[in-house]
Amino acid sequence: MTGDYANAGYDEFVAAVAEGEAYYLECANGHGELPPRRVCPECGSTEFTEEPLPAAGEVRTYTVTHVAAPSFADDAPYVTAIADFGPVRITAQLRGIDPDDVETGMSVGLGVETTETTGADLLVVRPR
Amino acid sequence: MSDVRIAGVGLTRFGEFPDRTSRDLFAEASGAAIEDAGIDRSDVEALFYGNFMGALAEHQGHQGPLMAEAAGVSAPATRFESACCSSGVAVREAVKRVRNGETDVLLVGGAERMTNMGTAGATEALAIAADDLWEVRAGMNFPGAYALMARAYFEEYGGSQEDLAHVAVKNHFNALENEMAQYQKEITVDDVLEAPTVSDPIGLYDSCPISDGAAAVVLVSDEYAREQGIDAPVAVTGTGQGGDRMALHDRDHLARSPAADFAAEEAYDDAGVGPDDVEVAEVHDCFTVAEVLAIESLGLFEVGEGIDAARRGETSHDGAVPVNLSGGLKAKGHPVGATGASQIAELTSLLRGDHVNSEHVEDATCGVAHNAGGTVASCVVHVLEVAQ
Ligand SMILES: [Zn+2]
Repeated sequence: MTGDYANAGYDEFVAAVAEGEAYYLECANGHGELPPRRVCPECGSTEFTEEPLPAAGEVRTYTVTHVAAPSFADDAPYVTAIADFGPVRITAQLRGIDPDDVETGMSVGLGVETTETTGADLLVVRPR
Repeated sequence: MSDVRIAGVGLTRFGEFPDRTSRDLFAEASGAAIEDAGIDRSDVEALFYGNFMGALAEHQGHQGPLMAEAAGVSAPATRFESACCSSGVAVREAVKRVRNGETDVLLVGGAERMTNMGTAGATEALAIAADDLWEVRAGMNFPGAYALMARAYFEEYGGSQEDLAHVAVKNHFNALENEMAQYQKEITVDDVLEAPTVSDPIGLYDSCPISDGAAAVVLVSDEYAREQGIDAPVAVTGTGQGGDRMALHDRDHLARSPAADFAAEEAYDDAGVGPDDVEVAEVHDCFTVAEVLAIESLGLFEVGEGIDAARRGETSHDGAVPVNLSGGLKAKGHPVGATGASQIAELTSLLRGDHVNSEHVEDATCGVAHNAGGTVASCVVHVLEVAQ
């Protein structure tokens, strides 16, 4: 139920991904986090730097969703994947491959596209 | 510290009752619990009430006082929200309140109205238990999340959809005689495997239904039970709660549920028992794979060995440790805010000997209830024992 309002931190991240300048927040102890974040939930560090997100991610697990919520009804069937990008993990839609050919461990790159159903911005990974 | 006794339990049938308000559902369940306890309504000192999506389903916030009124109880009331373990958390806080001597009689329970939203509406509403920015906007819904975990489990420990199908078959079998269950219908492994895929490898019959219903429990101090001559043979002897990162992708393990590990250990330590003492369990099988993760977190099976427990018959009604003799969320139903309290109600009846399935655990004196929220970013575990 995505509302029509801004989400500072998240919106800038999505815009940066669209520009090919994806980043993540790295705490003083090397933990990777997604914005917005003031305190590292892993160690309590309050000092973050923006680091470039590695270009290549690795699919850890995935599913092919056939029955979607209304806001993704026209996207189904679609692949949802969790991918590691260095120290951060991102949940995204996996496009550009037959769902039957998806495998864990495959290399993917992150981008921003739109949903078929509502046209909302969507984090997408594609094989690279 | 007071011992906490379960004086009474009450349930509505779980099912599709789209025209019933949650206040009516809770009035029925709480009335049954109070009658079962044999206490005066005027003795109830507080209501702890679990509910998840009432604001979306029936445009109703601030449900605590509404539900106290519905239950005919003149006492302060608080709503607890922790996704699908909302009433599990309410039970835990109620147990602590009775233990510390502050309260002698507490009504605790929960209700959820879901089917009036339709399947699509309820699925969308349930999704708010996930991280809206980083999961929901990417199209992850709950069947999808558990499918991500199921695949991670298969990759790490092995297992198959057929193994999971046995969980669904078992839980449907257990619900056959349970008149409070949404489904009293036997299914086969082939039925499960041939059902439409929801989110691969999760199929329609791997998933719990969308349900309406309510559950309530009356907790009392053992002093109150003694003074009032109330027969309350079952005690809550252990309580534990674990938490984890909100988004599934941020977990250390995608194929395990660390919050449940923590909750189980805390509850066992609290009760002074261990997994070997458990003779019956009610666990949060929102999807078949969730039962596997639960029985491993509870220590009933080693990590990686819970997957074929149902197939081997070890968790069936005549197995070593029957799991979900009520039918579980899968067959009994899952009105989310009622589920945690419903597990306590079912387990109490099983241990007291007045459950339709009590014959399978005739000599059991120790049971455990496992109630999870979201993708197990929240988990509550309770140990129930028949008092000596
Ligand atoms: Zn850190």
